[in-house]
Amino acid sequence: MEFAEHIKTANVEDVVLRQPLHPPSRGTLCITGHHLLFSDREESSSRQVLLLLRNIDAIEKSVENLLGYPGFFSNAGHSERPTDLSLEDQWDLSSPEKHYSQMKELHERWRLSSVNRDYLVCASYPPAVIVPHSIDDDTLKKAAKFRQGGRFPILCYYHRKNGMVIVRSSQPLTGANRKRCKEDELLLQAVIDGSDKGYIIDTRSSQQAQQARMTGGGFESKSCYSRWKRLHRQMERGKSLQESLIKLVEACGDESHNMDRWLSKLENSKWLSHVQTALSTAGLLAECVERDGHSVLVHGSEGTDCSLLISTLAQLIMDPHCRTMEGFLALLEREWVQAGHPFQHRCAHSAYSHARLQQESPVFLLLLDCVWQLWRQFPLALGFSEALLLRLASQTRRRPNTLKRFRRK
Amino acid sequence: MEHIRTPKVEQVRLLDRFSNKSTNGTLYLTATHLIFVESSSNSSASAGQEIWILHHHIASVEKLSLTTTGCPLVIQCRNFRVVHFVLQRERDCHDIYSSLLRLLRPVCYEELYAFSYNPKQNDQQREEGWQLIDLGAEFERMGVPCDQWQLTDVNRDYKVCETYPRDLYVPITASKPIIVGSSKFRSKGRFPVLTYFYQEKKAAVCRCSQPLSGFSARCLEDESMLQAISKANHNSRFVYVMDTRPKLNALANRAAGKGYENEDNYSNIRFQFVGIENIHVMRSSLQKLLEVIGSKSLSMSDYLVGLESSGWLRHIKAVVDAAVVLTKAVTVEGASVLVHCSDGWDRTAQVCALGTLLMDPYYRTIKGFMVLIEKDWISFGHKFADRCDQLDGDPKEVSPIFTQFLECVWQLSEQFPQAFEFSEWFLLQIHEHVHSCQYGNFLGNNQRQREDLQLRERTHSLWAFLMSEKQNYLNPFYSPAYSEEHPVLEPSTLPYNFKFWRNMYHQFDRSMHPRQSILKAILTLKENSRKAESTLQALEARLQQLGVTPVVTSDPPAPPPTRDQLSSSNALPLRPDSLILGAPISHKEVQRHGEEDDEQEEVGEEATESTDTERTVEGSSGTESRKQSYGELEGTYNSDLAKEEPGVVSLEFGVARMTC
Repeated sequence: MEFAEHIKTANVEDVVLRQPLHPPSRGTLCITGHHLLFSDREESSSRQVLLLLRNIDAIEKSVENLLGYPGFFSNAGHSERPTDLSLEDQWDLSSPEKHYSQMKELHERWRLSSVNRDYLVCASYPPAVIVPHSIDDDTLKKAAKFRQGGRFPILCYYHRKNGMVIVRSSQPLTGANRKRCKEDELLLQAVIDGSDKGYIIDTRSSQQAQQARMTGGGFESKSCYSRWKRLHRQMERGKSLQESLIKLVEACGDESHNMDRWLSKLENSKWLSHVQTALSTAGLLAECVERDGHSVLVHGSEGTDCSLLISTLAQLIMDPHCRTMEGFLALLEREWVQAGHPFQHRCAHSAYSHARLQQESPVFLLLLDCVWQLWRQFPLALGFSEALLLRLASQTRRRPNTLKRFRRK
Repeated sequence: MEHIRTPKVEQVRLLDRFSNKSTNGTLYLTATHLIFVESSSNSSASAGQEIWILHHHIASVEKLSLTTTGCPLVIQCRNFRVVHFVLQRERDCHDIYSSLLRLLRPVCYEELYAFSYNPKQNDQQREEGWQLIDLGAEFERMGVPCDQWQLTDVNRDYKVCETYPRDLYVPITASKPIIVGSSKFRSKGRFPVLTYFYQEKKAAVCRCSQPLSGFSARCLEDESMLQAISKANHNSRFVYVMDTRPKLNALANRAAGKGYENEDNYSNIRFQFVGIENIHVMRSSLQKLLEVIGSKSLSMSDYLVGLESSGWLRHIKAVVDAAVVLTKAVTVEGASVLVHCSDGWDRTAQVCALGTLLMDPYYRTIKGFMVLIEKDWISFGHKFADRCDQLDGDPKEVSPIFTQFLECVWQLSEQFPQAFEFSEWFLLQIHEHVHSCQYGNFLGNNQRQREDLQLRERTHSLWAFLMSEKQNYLNPFYSPAYSEEHPVLEPSTLPYNFKFWRNMYHQFDRSMHPRQSILKAILTLKENSRKAESTLQALEARLQQLGVTPVVTSDPPAPPPTRDQLSSSNALPLRPDSLILGAPISHKEVQRHGEEDDEQEEVGEEATESTDTERTVEGSSGTESRKQSYGELEGTYNSDLAKEEPGVVSLEFGVARMTC
């Protein structure tokens, strides 16, 4: 590897490794082009720590000793051995085309549109999207202009039991002077065609939605979308979610053995509150579809974070197929990778990093935590164990590209 | 009976505690129970639910102000059940209320349920029930009497100490005058006696009460008593003295002529405080906890703040911490330890019982746990009558000390799911009956009182009842082999290993619990495989009768899918194994499960071949613990993983509240 030439000293003897919650150990440190390797010298326990350089977020040098803070969420560091995987098959886990062809019930009222063939209408959508039958591509193009980032409403879930759907988008660009868009209204009308009303779950508080108008965003007003009922559920996003995770990680590393400190730090991190909000919002969404029998549109501002989070969770809650291993991975593929969650921006660094990036946000991790919570409540309902969740968490940290690469071929 | 004015009230509504649902039914008041029977008119499918509340379980009855729908009556129970009735007529409500007020405050022991409870047993059966636990045999099991410890008859007639049992074990070199002298220098005469003997290192765990040292008093007999304890152990030159109180409390006691041992006077001791709070702090802590978890729409923040401010988990952790210190001193250093608090019947009982539970796998079996409670709690005089408020007594004496002990055991069983023969239902059942006063075991404050009450002749033993239902309390994860390999448990006491015990404090709040139970699923699986095996045996026997030799005999009835099958498809079927990873159903199946996990792991994780060396990969996390679990597959997985999921404490709760 080309990095190798930067290595000045490949081997250091007599290095002491201190890890939280472990006794210190002495051994040899090696650095290679891609890994940092520590091996214990004691005969009895030959322990090795393998750190992928990619995972190191922060290195600090203090006066007496050299300490490296490894990425906290990185694990499973054996070098990848993708030899036995044939790349072609694996990438084709799920796509809107496949999703559409599997759902025969859909075909009557929904169609597969290739309006986004060249990623021109919406850069973050896949080439093929599922939209109402009655809406043609030109209308879609116009509607896309009215939505932030061109993310016009597309179908992400069809509830077989009652034919209701979950649709997601980004916020409408109503702006301060309350612009309207006939095509967008038409599109949404087509979504609830045949039913008396639909719900819009906005993942911002109504105040935040109002404020968004100042910057060109906004929400669907009652007068223009008379048959849609808006529900606001404020969900934390972006930077504050990252702050929350940093606090949580710090709380976990606390070695004071003090119960009160732990509980107050845990509370202070608010991470669990975010988990609770996410799950209860997803519960609300599922209730709207399953119990009330109405279609739901989900969006926040960009429609690439919280909207995906709750639509994924709601599908897990409602659809047994999504709870199998295969179904879950397909769900992630559809709802996160192809739906354009910006993995590269969101997962660039770990909670230990000093680089506080604006775009960093552990939404995907929050999702995994929520799934874990579901598993705690329904231990027999999921076809996979927490090992998969841990693996996914580490995978997104290590190589956000693997999941993301697909997006912009 | 004469206190019951209205034995039956119809059209009573029972409100659910955490939702707005309610059910209608009829309320009956009997001499021993308050019974609510749901009227089954609405649907024939669900047979009317019945709630039986023993009067002794009722901690408080409260009549709320009259509303338009009726007269509300809130009953709080000691087993943490809270029921909210709404009665239509105020007079009925008042009658029930005043009857209950009288019934739940018995004034003498003879009024307790145990004296009228008759489970259709003859005298011989009852007698056998009482003989189930034999403490003399228990000390023999430990290896006492031996060349250093002997049985003393000094307390045969409860002359030296009223609150101790008759049979006590002391060092051979402690003569009667030393014992008597020492007992005069100890609060309530509770002089140092043996409670557990760690045979491997010949180290002893002793218990006593605080010395009456005041600011300067000393007692030569007491000093030679400790000397004798020290001399009985050749491994260590000194004996640890653990004062389980916070230092401040001990200092305050000095002003009252009590206090703690002065290291200068006792040449051979190492003195140490461990800081467990007193009964009053514990009582109010539990009250606060119950208040917090009882609030109707609890936010995550309020829950965590409330959990913290109640301090309940802090106290639990303090007890476990103390037990760990005790265990380390005995098993690692081989030193004898003398444990005391103020009177030596609350914190001392907690620490001694929990410490020896960590040291000795026997106490982690069903029978052994009964022995442990019988020894350290019942016979050494934990004041059950006062602490559990059996009779109408001083409310300041009530304290959830024993509940805390049970919770500590539960916390340990969460960390070591394979180490305990019993499941949490056993603990819950014991807790239920400590308060029910249905059996004689926990009545009274000490052995002498129990003999005066002739409990053995007039009541039944709980242990016999629990033994007869043993099947219900078995922990399917229990592995005797694990206990053999890990006789001493070394729990982690990092704060996030302590969780809120939902099944205890929300036992009766159905809506709070996970919708699916792994325990139940596994019990069903076990039952099914047992049935399949017996069918197999029957068929084989049949074959032999017919004169055909079976082709395959040793294979399990349903061989697990082979490696090829598994790795050929990435789509795994439902993985029941993963749910019980690290905790195979029984010892025999360890091997098989181990292999299965191994295979599945490789499929899901592209793991490299499992090497014998333990590898830590980039910090510590799931993979590491799985690596370990290849080798041992026991306990480690869960305990290590707990570190990864610090949120466990509250998550359960937060999610339990969610209705999806």
